[in-house]
Amino acid sequence: MPNVRGNTDEPAWVRWTLIAVAVMFMALFLLLPLILVFYCAFEEGLTTYWEALTSRRTLRAIGVTLLTIGIAVPINVLFGIMSAWCLGKFNFWGKSLLISLIDLPFAVSPVIAGLLFVLLFGLNSLLGDWLMDAFGIKILHTTTATVIATMFVTFPFVTRELLPIMQAQGTEEELAARVLGANGLQIFFRVTLPNIKWALLYGVVLCNARAMGEFGAVNVVSHGGKNNTLSLLIYETYQSDLVAAFAVSTLLALMAIITLILKTFIEMRTARKEGIEI
Amino acid sequence: MSIEVQNITKSFGNFLALNDVSLYIKSGELVALLGPSGSGKTTLLRIIAGLEQADPGSGPILFNNHNMENSKVGDRGVGFVFQHYALFRHMTVFENVAFGLRVRPRQLRPDNGEIRRRVLELLRLVQLDTQANRYPHQLSGGQRQRVALARALAVEPQVLLLDEPFGALDAKVRVELRQWLRRLHDEIHLTSVFVTHDQDEALELADRVAVMNAGKVEQFATPNEVFHKPATEFVMNFLGSVNKFRGQITDGKVRLGGQYIMDAPKDTEEAKLFVRPHELHISHEKTPNSFNLRAVVTRIHSAGARVRVELETHSGDPMTAEMTHARLSELKLENGQDVYITPGNIHVFGDDAHALEE
Repeated sequence: MPNVRGNTDEPAWVRWTLIAVAVMFMALFLLLPLILVFYCAFEEGLTTYWEALTSRRTLRAIGVTLLTIGIAVPINVLFGIMSAWCLGKFNFWGKSLLISLIDLPFAVSPVIAGLLFVLLFGLNSLLGDWLMDAFGIKILHTTTATVIATMFVTFPFVTRELLPIMQAQGTEEELAARVLGANGLQIFFRVTLPNIKWALLYGVVLCNARAMGEFGAVNVVSHGGKNNTLSLLIYETYQSDLVAAFAVSTLLALMAIITLILKTFIEMRTARKEGIEI
Repeated sequence: MSIEVQNITKSFGNFLALNDVSLYIKSGELVALLGPSGSGKTTLLRIIAGLEQADPGSGPILFNNHNMENSKVGDRGVGFVFQHYALFRHMTVFENVAFGLRVRPRQLRPDNGEIRRRVLELLRLVQLDTQANRYPHQLSGGQRQRVALARALAVEPQVLLLDEPFGALDAKVRVELRQWLRRLHDEIHLTSVFVTHDQDEALELADRVAVMNAGKVEQFATPNEVFHKPATEFVMNFLGSVNKFRGQITDGKVRLGGQYIMDAPKDTEEAKLFVRPHELHISHEKTPNSFNLRAVVTRIHSAGARVRVELETHSGDPMTAEMTHARLSELKLENGQDVYITPGNIHVFGDDAHALEE
């Protein structure tokens, strides 16, 4: 009898065992906790859930979180595009050092990043004292500190997504546009940006997800209370008010699910595009 | 529009890409820059376009006697076709061609109807009017190349520059496209310069060929002249295979195996003699009043329009001769056969690798 299954496949029982193990593992470690979050949040009824979500501290935390991502993400996107553009399209001395530096926030623990900012802006620090004396500005334990810490931690995402694709695309299209008489802005908006838009969107989605969920660095520089972000609020309430903690968690979990859906959509989109091009 | 470059030097770090190059290209001429990789041909083209800066101390680049030194790339009126086309991958064919018109300042920009008319006219010229709404990745290599050409022509350039225009295409498409480009040039008479490393392409397509080597122009002349009267040993070698002989100089005369070839200029100490395969004759008898050399047939390649015969002289030097199939059957050559070879037209080069004039 001819071998229908193909000579390169493992026997059926091996395949099915491996798939079963993988599915069970995923269910246990990923799906179960997610379901538990929603289960615990709704444990004492919809009213309690809704009250927990609409309490003043929750609304304030949502506000702080939105403000934080509203500032940190656009700035990082702008910076990410600029740094990827300059690293991807030009050659200069110290380029590889700069590329490694951009990864620094990935390499250090967020707690250490937070401590860095405490040292930088805290009392008895040079910068902190100077800002206080000269302008009367306090950074540490304010939302400004939260934004700065979040920016630091989410800094590499956009650059990391854009750099490889910009390097791969090279500068020939830009040169062609220049020969055809386009100026710098026209080249950027008509040639460079359309070529990176999907990678950029992907970077923004990842950056946004990380900014929302950031805990370590923000925890160190924030003082809690009215500066709580959603993550900090969950941490604060989970000992005293478990249901409230889980209720707020559902918000972040929902955002995570939306992020995943967006991410999958963008990945499919780019894969399809590349599939045609190759 | 004529193009003149004077005393252009360009180095990249320690590498001297162009070494004091001067060139005058007449208005309406189609010129090939021909040379091996690293000879500086692409660098010269990019300097003419303004994509590279010549080293300080170099002479000017003149378009119709106007110095282009201080005009930016986009203001030179140059159409540039990149080696890998550099089409805008996210734009349709139509938008690619329209780009140069759309980015013009408002007061110089044609209205949409005019842009549409001109783009479609150009697409008809490059025979791609049916492909206007396709994306570059949906086109074949030859079609992409023609889009790149239409895009370069859309801005009505004074000068058309093409970097290895057929380099990335397969052999059959190459030949078709270069005949097509020659016809196009005869139609629009735009001063054009293209870079190539393929001598057939240069000789077939160009009005004049600048043969380049190691950052210098070795010869700038018509295809006929560079092929039949190569100025230097390099040109001779680059434009086809050669058979080499070492001549002797005695009493001011160049001789090959005692046979008089030509008078040698004064102070010439060395003479190298080159013979193209189609001018190396094979016979079974000695040819009277000529230089004759014994050689053994080592291999006969007869799959082709002409027959190529490889031989080895008794002193071990390899030789190649080319002949028609008729001549081969007349000679009844076989491997291992002993024959006489006689050079027909001999090119003689002196000490400094330059051709000796008779």
